[in-house]
Amino acid sequence: MTKDLEAFRTETRTWLEENCPPSMRTPMTGEDDAVWGGRNYEFKNPEAKLWLERMGAKGWTAPTWPAEYGGGGLSADENGVLQSELKRINARPPLFSFGIWMLGPVLLEYANEEQKKEHLPKIVRGEIRWCQGYSEPGAGSDLAGLQTKCEDKGDHWLINGQKVWTSYANYADWCFCLVRTDTSVKHEGISFVLIDMTTKGVETRPIKLISGSSPFCETFFTDVKVPKHQMVGRLNGGWEIAKRLLMYERTNISGFSSNTRVDVVDLAKQYVGVSDGVLEDRDLRARIATHKMTERAYALSVQRAQEEAKAGGNVSHMASMFKVAGATLNQDRCELMVEAAGNRALGWAGEGFSADDIATTRGWLRSKGNSIEGGTTEINLNVVAKRVLGLRDTQ
Amino acid sequence: MTFTLNDEQRMLKDAARDFLREQAPVTRLRKQRDEKKNGRDPDLWREMAAMGWAGVIIPEEFGGAGLGCVALGAVLEESGRTLVASPLHSSALAGASALLLAGTDAQKQEWLPKIAAGEVTATIAIDEGAHHAPTKSKLKFEGGKLTGEKKYVADGHIADLIIVASADALYLVKSDAAGLTRRELITADSRGAADLKFEGVAAEKMNGGADMIDAILDRARIGLAAEMVGQASEAFEITSEYLKTRRQFGQVIGGFQALQHRAAKLFTDLELTRSCVLAALDALDRDADNIAEYASLAKARASETLHLASNEMVQLHGGIGMTDEHDAGLYLKRARVAEALYGGASFHRDRYASLLGF
Repeated sequence: MTKDLEAFRTETRTWLEENCPPSMRTPMTGEDDAVWGGRNYEFKNPEAKLWLERMGAKGWTAPTWPAEYGGGGLSADENGVLQSELKRINARPPLFSFGIWMLGPVLLEYANEEQKKEHLPKIVRGEIRWCQGYSEPGAGSDLAGLQTKCEDKGDHWLINGQKVWTSYANYADWCFCLVRTDTSVKHEGISFVLIDMTTKGVETRPIKLISGSSPFCETFFTDVKVPKHQMVGRLNGGWEIAKRLLMYERTNISGFSSNTRVDVVDLAKQYVGVSDGVLEDRDLRARIATHKMTERAYALSVQRAQEEAKAGGNVSHMASMFKVAGATLNQDRCELMVEAAGNRALGWAGEGFSADDIATTRGWLRSKGNSIEGGTTEINLNVVAKRVLGLRDTQ
Repeated sequence: MTFTLNDEQRMLKDAARDFLREQAPVTRLRKQRDEKKNGRDPDLWREMAAMGWAGVIIPEEFGGAGLGCVALGAVLEESGRTLVASPLHSSALAGASALLLAGTDAQKQEWLPKIAAGEVTATIAIDEGAHHAPTKSKLKFEGGKLTGEKKYVADGHIADLIIVASADALYLVKSDAAGLTRRELITADSRGAADLKFEGVAAEKMNGGADMIDAILDRARIGLAAEMVGQASEAFEITSEYLKTRRQFGQVIGGFQALQHRAAKLFTDLELTRSCVLAALDALDRDADNIAEYASLAKARASETLHLASNEMVQLHGGIGMTDEHDAGLYLKRARVAEALYGGASFHRDRYASLLGF
């Protein structure tokens, strides 16, 4: 490691020691501990607020974004140092944000200067919470079939239509949205606009899932007036941006798994039983071992892709592969947990079950969405087959 | 940990690829088989040794290149691609590792330079039954003499030097020693093997016990997994090319979604396995403290992936895939032998679970 990096590590370590509050160095106990920020966000823990403010001011919620847009301005190597120092003290992520994971990277690439200056710093500081207006009732896997109408009314855009599966739209301040600006063509008639959710005519309705949670909404746009400067990229040029953003989204979802606090091995030991150090159910043991190997193989592959990306290799096409593998992995894990916990994982509510028991049940049900949200497994396999393997539909 | 090859390793891999595609394509194995050579190809081994491959992991002081396991893994992967029948795995990796790790100074001095030069080939003899079970050996060593049996010894019919494991010790035996009977086996993969019978065979004891046997086996397992990733990659690429050229119903069959998804899943599986094997080779070179975990991970995943890739190769080629004329059968046959050697997926799943404490 170079001298500069060593100095950066020392400096970072000192800063984190002084600025990361004690409760932010403990493991998160559940999804409720995730800080999403935004205009109306209510912090459960004042230290979480402090942690976000300090990290946001440093730009370290988005470490590699340019400093001129509020980012940390760090090189990939410096970011590596920062992440390892954060990990060293078990620091919680200061912010969970679709703005950072998905929108920011495409704004940096496609937005004009004014748009970047306006939106990026607020994303970094967690002041504005974003949601994603992509899917529609009639445009799921066939996303480019979207119909939400966006008309040019001279001094503004007029938007009418409905989005669905908008994650946390009911909490979001702004929405990045795909709209139809030309009905005579498909992919080439889509544009990318940014909409303030407080605009008149925007309405959200949460959707209750089989897990009982409501992470998604239906979002309705009725005669919503959007200022002209809120379109990103050129008119009818939204599909390229949409695809790029999906890539970031897929990379991200693939790395996310719910309810990982309890390890399936511990659960199996507790509820299935052990004799001579070996799980009593040999069939389950073999399947857990296979799963543990896949989990390790997946983690190593993510590490390898990061290393190859750092070495200048183009690994963006691998996002779909990781999305498929990550979704399958998490679903397998959840199924094994339910099986290992037996009747303990079949509770829904009430005193007969612990919070961990219920989390296992609900996490399992929630995981069914992993192979659907952010592009179904089937669509992602299509992407791998076509773009990575070069298998085309007709030739 | 690192997954990317350095310049030296990259050059070695590229050289291996070029040489083997030129000198040892699958047609060479087919010819050997048809001429009933049962894995013998001394001319090829001489050339491979001249490239320095017999001594990749052997330190320079013993006449090797001292490049390490990542480097040898890269060559093994390339050799897997064209199903090269040679003592590269048995001698340059397994045999050399046994001497490096468990050899006395005198044994190293005597044998490593010869192994590095390719003049002598070595192998390891572990199993005594139908399944890999290193702890179940009944081999006896009394008064400097070995008595017992070893079965399905890889390259046991051609090796000059055999490192024989009992349940808790290792011995060095010359293959022409009095009292050693070799029965040559003709195996499905056309490489051959041997059953060995020891009736009071003079043997030199080596260093180490059961842990040492495990350490040597783990190197053999990881190197074999590298070879298997090469086989699986080539099987996959050949199959993928076929999907792009074979036409039915007026279009290439690779346009059918059912086949696209099978190919995409196999590719994903292969890439995940490749990461495990690269990490395992790297773990050997940095002498990591959880090599056993990496070895079982790599060997189990390589076995599963190659199993799938070789089956898919036959099935997706349709009629031609089940003929002897096509290479699919050669990949399938080598796949099963490599899967079983030093423990298949179920052996290593069990071991991995134990290592993880359940």
